[in-house]
Amino acid sequence: MIAVDHLTKRYGPHPAVDDVSFRCEAGTVTGFLGPNGAGKSTTMRMLCGLTRPTSGTATVAGRPYRELPNPGREVGVLLDASAQHVGRSGRETLFLAARTMGVDADRVPAVLDRVGLNPVAAKRRVGAYSLGMRQRLGLALALLGEPRVLVLDEPANGLDPEGIFWMRGLLRDFADRGGTVLLSSHLLREVEAVADRLVVIGGGRVVAQGGKDELLAGAGTLVRARDPHALRLTLDRAGLDATAGADGGCVVRAEPDAVGQAAADAGLVLTELRPAGGGGLEQLFLTLTAGASTKEAVQ
Amino acid sequence: MTTMTTTPPATVRESLPGPSLARLVGVELRKLGDTRAGRWLLASIGLIAAAIVALQLRFVDDAGQTFTNFFTASLAPVALLLPVLGILSITAEWSQRTALTTFALVPRRERVIVAKLAAVLLAALASVLVSLAVAAVGTLLAGVTGGAGSWDFDWTLAGHAAVFQAINVLIGAGFGLLLLNTPLAIVTSLLLPTVWGILSAMIEALHGPARWLDTSITMEPLLGPDMTAGQWSRLGVSLLVWVVAPLAVGMVRTLRREVH
Repeated sequence: MIAVDHLTKRYGPHPAVDDVSFRCEAGTVTGFLGPNGAGKSTTMRMLCGLTRPTSGTATVAGRPYRELPNPGREVGVLLDASAQHVGRSGRETLFLAARTMGVDADRVPAVLDRVGLNPVAAKRRVGAYSLGMRQRLGLALALLGEPRVLVLDEPANGLDPEGIFWMRGLLRDFADRGGTVLLSSHLLREVEAVADRLVVIGGGRVVAQGGKDELLAGAGTLVRARDPHALRLTLDRAGLDATAGADGGCVVRAEPDAVGQAAADAGLVLTELRPAGGGGLEQLFLTLTAGASTKEAVQ
Repeated sequence: MTTMTTTPPATVRESLPGPSLARLVGVELRKLGDTRAGRWLLASIGLIAAAIVALQLRFVDDAGQTFTNFFTASLAPVALLLPVLGILSITAEWSQRTALTTFALVPRRERVIVAKLAAVLLAALASVLVSLAVAAVGTLLAGVTGGAGSWDFDWTLAGHAAVFQAINVLIGAGFGLLLLNTPLAIVTSLLLPTVWGILSAMIEALHGPARWLDTSITMEPLLGPDMTAGQWSRLGVSLLVWVVAPLAVGMVRTLRREVH
């Protein structure tokens, strides 16, 4: 239902999103994972026609978003729960969207009920909402047009543990009824519980994607060398699929035996070589996140 | 609780067409008045028109208390607020970041902008009706309190007033669209014509161009019932600069802008 092909966005010379491709099938929840600033939001905005890609394409139900006749009835979008008029009530916000999409106004109280906003809260101005309530309102907005696709950017932000549990149930249910869900997060644990597939992005590039079980169980190897650059070249030459972390380490999708052999053949000095264990993905993700937070700390 | 349709095919639902322009205009009209700030702005327009009539009843001599005078006097203060209405209808989408939802639901942004322009134009026309209404109340009261209370009215003036207020709201919308920032657009739309007016009054060489480009000069005849062809053409030229150009450039800017 969602097809992203070689999507690239450059701001000046700096690529925010670099050749990103993935697919989301009906009946699945895809977790879009990456540290803050990895390019998740930019990718999602390009998917929803809000940012023009430098190159590449994105389609929903076989069409570019901008060419959907009534996008709200196809795709429920929640990109930023804070992006609502603070002087408008929650109910009015939904009513405007319902009018725009041509959805019956009766659906407004129904979706409010579904996301757990009571009539008193619905009448209040959005400015008086907590972040959690705004996320619920945003989710109501996304569900309003009875779409078959949901695109949600960090929907768990600001929700309490109970709210997160509730949202997981809602998304799982949506997918089990044949819907397609793409949801982003910077926390692996957050999407692990609900996603069927994972797309991991770092520095604007997809660094791993596949079924969740396969990725989480994937016997990865963590390797570190005195000369990280030479290690990279060696792994490439040996045809080993490796992802570099910011701290010089590499997570390789191969047995330690194969990695060690390749390094020995090239005469490299290794400083670390071990199975990344069941947490291969987690290790990969942590390396990505560590790099990003180091950058933030420096800034 | 709502129920979802069963597993659907992976094609677009052609049976669910997008919103018509009329529907979008309706939505944008509603947006003008469904926030606190919007309600206050609309209320101020009505109140200020009424206040002007009340002041006239109190301070203008009896012979001057006519329907035409009440009506004409109420136009100018309303004309100060209409550009703000035009600006806010455009810039609130960016300052409140509702553009994210608006343009996700209607990716053909030009349709939203056209609907917004239509909505503020309708509001400007409604303001003329308000001016007519308060002028009528004023005239009735004047008749009771000893004023002239004359109902003589040239309806061409009502038409001119509608054009006058429509231009005012469009100038605001144009600046809003061009600058996409509320305070910047409000300050610029107030300051730029004033500065231009002062400069053109001060500098001899600008007297000629000002007759064609200064809206305070070209729009002035609209406050009376008689307008010559020459006045209309000078008005048209000034509008190219103050309305058409900002709207055109602003439209392109809005269509290209990245929505965060």
